[in-house]
Amino acid sequence: MTAHAKPLATTRSVAGMPTPRLAIWWVISSEIVIFGGLLTAYILYRLAHDAYSADSAHTNQYIGGFNTLVLLTSSLSAVLAHKAAEHGDGKQAAKLLLLTCLGGLVFLAVKSVEWSIEISHGYTLTASPFWSFYYTAAGIHASHVVAGVIIMAIVARDAARGRELHRVEIIGLYWHFVDVVWIFLFPLLYIAK
Amino acid sequence: MAQSAQTVPHGGHEHHESHGLSYYLFPLDHKIIGMQYLFTGMFMALIGGFFAYAFRMQLAFPGMSVPFFGVVSAGEYNSLVTNHGSIMIFWVAMPVLIAAFGNFLIPLMIGCDDMVFPKVNRLSYQIFLLSVIVLITSFFVPGGGFGGAWTAYPPLSANAQYSLTPLGSTLWLTAVALEFVAFLLGGINFVTTVMNSRAPGMKLYDIPIVVWMIVIASILFTASVGPLIAGAVMLFMDQVVGTQFYDPAAGGDPVLWQHLFWFFGHPEVYVVLLPAMGITADVMVTFARKKLFAYRTVLYTAVGTGVLSFTVWAHHQFIAGIDPRMANVFTITTLLISIPIAEMCFVYIATLYGGSITFKTPMLWALAFVAEFLIGGVTGIFLGASGADIYFHDTYFVLAHFHYTFFPIAIIAVYAGLTYWFPKMFGRMMNDTLGKIHFWGTIIPFNMIFLPLFLLGAWGQHRRIYSYQNFPELAGDTMQNLRILATLSLVTMLLFQLVFLYNFFRSMFKGEKAGKNPWRATTLEWTTESPPGHGNWKEMPTVYRGPYEYGTPGRDQDFWPQNEPS
Repeated sequence: MTAHAKPLATTRSVAGMPTPRLAIWWVISSEIVIFGGLLTAYILYRLAHDAYSADSAHTNQYIGGFNTLVLLTSSLSAVLAHKAAEHGDGKQAAKLLLLTCLGGLVFLAVKSVEWSIEISHGYTLTASPFWSFYYTAAGIHASHVVAGVIIMAIVARDAARGRELHRVEIIGLYWHFVDVVWIFLFPLLYIAK
Repeated sequence: MAQSAQTVPHGGHEHHESHGLSYYLFPLDHKIIGMQYLFTGMFMALIGGFFAYAFRMQLAFPGMSVPFFGVVSAGEYNSLVTNHGSIMIFWVAMPVLIAAFGNFLIPLMIGCDDMVFPKVNRLSYQIFLLSVIVLITSFFVPGGGFGGAWTAYPPLSANAQYSLTPLGSTLWLTAVALEFVAFLLGGINFVTTVMNSRAPGMKLYDIPIVVWMIVIASILFTASVGPLIAGAVMLFMDQVVGTQFYDPAAGGDPVLWQHLFWFFGHPEVYVVLLPAMGITADVMVTFARKKLFAYRTVLYTAVGTGVLSFTVWAHHQFIAGIDPRMANVFTITTLLISIPIAEMCFVYIATLYGGSITFKTPMLWALAFVAEFLIGGVTGIFLGASGADIYFHDTYFVLAHFHYTFFPIAIIAVYAGLTYWFPKMFGRMMNDTLGKIHFWGTIIPFNMIFLPLFLLGAWGQHRRIYSYQNFPELAGDTMQNLRILATLSLVTMLLFQLVFLYNFFRSMFKGEKAGKNPWRATTLEWTTESPPGHGNWKEMPTVYRGPYEYGTPGRDQDFWPQNEPS
């Protein structure tokens, strides 16, 4: 084994799928059960207690809806970035990824304004079990958005120099997953009154 | 730590051949990472064993000043019991059975040079090490280590006024969460490596059973730990921020934690059991010189057990106020899951049948695993049936049953694996005579510890009691004598572990040279040097047949390595 060489293990692909893509699917499946456990607990609590509906009437579905729009749209540029990366156009992929990052940042900015308003109205983390779930679930989701934005910025930096282009697809898969989680959170926290 | 955080996103470009200090401090090599997990796990086992010694002495001789510890106070007792359980499961069984054996064996047994993500692997150990440091720190904070039992049921775990360990509880929870992160990273690495990086020619049914079992266990862990991670976040917020997820007064529910915990906790039993069964299978075929009976059946059974293990968790909550109709469902699933495990035991016995058996130390451990685990399995039937469980719940019967499953898993199977793969790990043989002394010195006291506890439990002795002197019906001489018997047996067993430690460390430097294949086994790890160098093989192997070709007619040798062309 020569120095400066990747281990042979990283180059094999017996299952027919590149290792990074295989791994991100395992990461996503482990994340699904994390959110699955949390949301199942929330749904069961909510079915058992009427107080949740009264509390959830105070969430703002317009702000939530706007954020849904922003987040879903940001996935479009992630898909276009993947397409550009497949054509070997790292610069274009980087630009599109940064656009997705921007979407993530707008999402976070809107969310912080929304939370500030809610907290100022007295709907704090400890106000009631609904609000505890609201902040916990959206908070864990937001931490995934933060992580996604940071990693995406790093991938974009590499892609702009034409390096590690395959990572554009991987971070895109992760970003879509973050979207899908929000698609579950939005109706559960905002629409169901 | 900073180094790994910085380099992980950049891929494996800097692969140094030099064996400097950083090679051992920040290794990428799967074998070294495996050794880190092994030695950390062994160190934690010493702490866990010492804790057991301290609280068992208190039970046998209440109020006595325990040598090397002092008088055990009631609070310390709770903390010792809690952390003994936590350490033995999360910091001994998991790191040794899955992470140490997984890291060391997977690349060697599937014929590749490393894991697919060496840096993620290194990060996994570093996070694990951090969890160890956090846990050990928790013993020394004001109020002492967490004392709300290893299952951490609220309100004991959520409210400082009940647990009396405000800081200890939170540090314990943080340590457990870090440990989960470490094993998620490791597990994903294991699964992806086995899926994608097998040697040319190694088909799915050519993978050794122990590797299959570690992979299935990793998948089970990945699929079951998520809800508990969510639950741990909620518990953390209950402890620190003041939310009331588990507080019934505010619309929360403490039983939610029990569901989230055992939804993980019961698959977790199989997360550690399956690798132990895998180690046993590999050791048995080698020393019975016989092909594993019904390889595919074992595999399908393990997968079936894994699926079924997600449907049994509420048998821990029969008396927690769950609907009796639901208890019936969980009784049925729980009794069902004993079938595949019993089947695997029969398959192992069928493997032995007609074999040419030699009783080397690893083989003794493997046989003991099946025998002792059977006792654990059979007593589980009593507890799985909700009717009987109402009586047995929270007694020493449960405790003895649990230890008859976990001791074979975390100790007996680990010794089978360690004594079997020691020559590959360190290039030298362990002393067989000392090994056998250690074997009998462990197995006999083990049974003398826990058989009396079945009896005590059946007589109504409750768990997690500091001193039975306050319970007149439990404080009689007969029961106290059994407690003393169990404690003295424990001390004996712990002392015999010194024989192992002596044998282990002496053989590492002074043992007889092992050569490539001292056991004349067939799997790939035995086709390279002992210990294997960096990169594992000078020329990477190709696989031509299944893992257990022993006694093929018409061949000079009774074993046929996987990499030998026909």
